[in-house]
Amino acid sequence: MIRLGHYLTVASILFVIGIFGIFLNRRNVIIVLMSIEIMLLSINLNMVAFSYFLGDLKGQIFSMFILTVAAAEAAIGLAILVCYFRNKGSISIESVNTMKG
Amino acid sequence: MVIAGNSRLLEILNLTLDLDNYLEFRMNPSDFVFFVFSFVTIASAVCVIFASSSVHSVLWLILSFISAAGLFILLNAEFLAMLLVVVYVGAVAVLFLFVVMMLNADPKKTKTKFSNFVPVGILTALVIFLELGVVFGGWKFSEELYINSVPSNFIIDDNTSALGNILYTNYFLSFQIAGIILLVAMIGAIILTLSKRDGVKRQDVLDQIYRDPNKSVILKDVKPGQGL
Repeated sequence: MIRLGHYLTVASILFVIGIFGIFLNRRNVIIVLMSIEIMLLSINLNMVAFSYFLGDLKGQIFSMFILTVAAAEAAIGLAILVCYFRNKGSISIESVNTMKG
Repeated sequence: MVIAGNSRLLEILNLTLDLDNYLEFRMNPSDFVFFVFSFVTIASAVCVIFASSSVHSVLWLILSFISAAGLFILLNAEFLAMLLVVVYVGAVAVLFLFVVMMLNADPKKTKTKFSNFVPVGILTALVIFLELGVVFGGWKFSEELYINSVPSNFIIDDNTSALGNILYTNYFLSFQIAGIILLVAMIGAIILTLSKRDGVKRQDVLDQIYRDPNKSVILKDVKPGQGL
């Protein structure tokens, strides 16, 4: 029988994969954005799992809000990326060093 | 009687987080589905990170989202599963795909494939994973958990209608704020990607409004047989 702990384990593994993806990648910023999406997905899974096992619908409501914010974040992030590519001609993370101060 | 039922539920819930219960595990046929979906989700999330090209990464991300939607269905959240497929796969992932193809960034241009931060990344990931385990391992649910909770079979036994019932009443303000967030994101994305290129003829409304006929029209008397 599947319990809450199983879902929490899956969600935390997903979250950790997202964190690891941010550190690992240096080819382009798009994969970093995708890692953030994976992390948000794991949070959603956590919310829905708690919502189901506690019999409380609030978790699903807030999961919807997380979905909204994730969509907005993806749109803005990709727009910034397009802008950045227009200015610099590449989206490699290595070239993001103009803000050294 | 309700309180007694709640305390029994609390007992069950606290048992669900007890590690000893997981050692004696008997699998139902329906639990097999959970393992398939969670395996596909995690494996495709790993493939997102390690895929050789960005397009492959986006496709793996789509697979991950779809199998996560399957997990949501297992948790009786059909509306959210539908939303995940429609919003994430239909909009966000396709947006990623558009941007990847539009930018046409060649990954082979960069010399190193992985960064120097891999050991630090593994360390951070492991530490956070262990912290999550420690937090959830000793978790106990509060006795007052059920005071403010909204039961899932509140009035209607349908997930979508029950969600709508709460969202448009108790959480209406948050719902409006979510709409404003989307509006701001839309305007921001449009303004960020708006580009002014030379050589493109555009209509300048202000210039048209402030145009003065006295300055822009010159009357000349042209005599016959002569040009200007």
